[in-house]
Amino acid sequence: MKNALPETGGFFARDRAMHPPAYTPGYKTSVLRSPQRALISLEGTKSEITGPVFGHNMINEFDNDLIVNYAKPGEMAIGQRILVHGRVLDERGVGVDGALVEFWQANAGGRYRHKKETYLAPLDPNFGGFGRCITDENGYYWFRTIKPGPYPWPNGVNDWRPAHIHFSIFGHGFAQRLITQMYFEGDPLIWICPIVKTIPDEEAIKRLVAPLDMSNTIPMDLRAYKFDIVLRGRRSTFFENRKEGN
Amino acid sequence: MVQPLNYLKESPSQTAGPYVHIGCTPNFTGIHGVYETDLGSGPLYNDKTRGERITIRGRVIDGSGTPLRDALIEIWQADADGFYNSPSETRGKADPNFFGWGRCPADMATGEFVFETIKPGRVPHAGRLMAPHVTLWIVARGINIGLQTRMYFSDEEAANAEDPVLNRIEHRVRVPTLIGKREGDTVTFDIYLQGENETVFFDI
Repeated sequence: MKNALPETGGFFARDRAMHPPAYTPGYKTSVLRSPQRALISLEGTKSEITGPVFGHNMINEFDNDLIVNYAKPGEMAIGQRILVHGRVLDERGVGVDGALVEFWQANAGGRYRHKKETYLAPLDPNFGGFGRCITDENGYYWFRTIKPGPYPWPNGVNDWRPAHIHFSIFGHGFAQRLITQMYFEGDPLIWICPIVKTIPDEEAIKRLVAPLDMSNTIPMDLRAYKFDIVLRGRRSTFFENRKEGN
Repeated sequence: MVQPLNYLKESPSQTAGPYVHIGCTPNFTGIHGVYETDLGSGPLYNDKTRGERITIRGRVIDGSGTPLRDALIEIWQADADGFYNSPSETRGKADPNFFGWGRCPADMATGEFVFETIKPGRVPHAGRLMAPHVTLWIVARGINIGLQTRMYFSDEEAANAEDPVLNRIEHRVRVPTLIGKREGDTVTFDIYLQGENETVFFDI
């Protein structure tokens, strides 16, 4: 029998020194969109430590294959073929099973398929640019895609985003909710990007840079990048101080 | 020397950016044929769900008074009896016809978000009952880390007055920023990112 503890404990306090502050004038859009007052600290109540369960049955066969999930039958997206894989862990190092992982990205030329996108690079008719999966019992996820291109954006007069993939992760509790971005090893644009630089800690930035993974690279097919994502840890409820009504 | 603690560190947040819709609500942005529907869209209830039907409407407003037209809002709430549909809910079983979670992109023209849901029941915390509330999570371009807040109900004055979370807010003048205004079946809840009426956000 599995000696599993029920997941009813609160989450580790968030280490805000590892996250970008709200107000980061180098990223201009944050200036008018950043709360100015102190956050009110709240130990997790039931409202934050609970969360919904997304079943594996909501996932379609090709949701984690961006090379074909938008392509016409028999065709494929254009670009460098890659596998992105890794684990969703919590701060205890425990794999987070059943986590919903959603991802979206620009195409090989750095163009997004979006109504408000105006960059002159062309759309790829066979590339939608998004997918999703649910982690297995060990927290493992994987998807196939093409490597996104870098692109210019209106911030400074000559700012470029490094190649990146956006990730939205839904773990076991609403308090774990996280959106982040994955960057690629060796991209010189990472270290001059105003959005990357909203993160005040260089070591924290490195945890968003996926290394090339030759072990899982498939010969004559695609290269692999390994990207682990860490969600907040959860206290174990070995002993519970039950107050009336709890 | 002592043993190292060896805990990992949470991955740092990055902004959802202007194109969060592509990944989270592709049909909303006109990309059809990959997902049948957008996850978390539509009413949170079905015909069998217990509870009072309500509509939550609001906007996320920046420091210049302009509504954000590229925000994404998620809500999470208890069922009509105050139970969460979650494995971490240990007090009882929630209404199987109420998932409790919804996701809505702000309208690209007006910035309005809309949730058709039910009014939640009261949930206990630390030996007291919290007033009915909905938990919200807000992301957008220019928001570096998702904002967490709550919406309470204006027609619950007595429950709000004894709510343990509202009562810990030192500056009482800020409490109304967490109260949705109920008129009929509609509850209006505008979220101000800055200014005199800046909404209370939580570090959970």
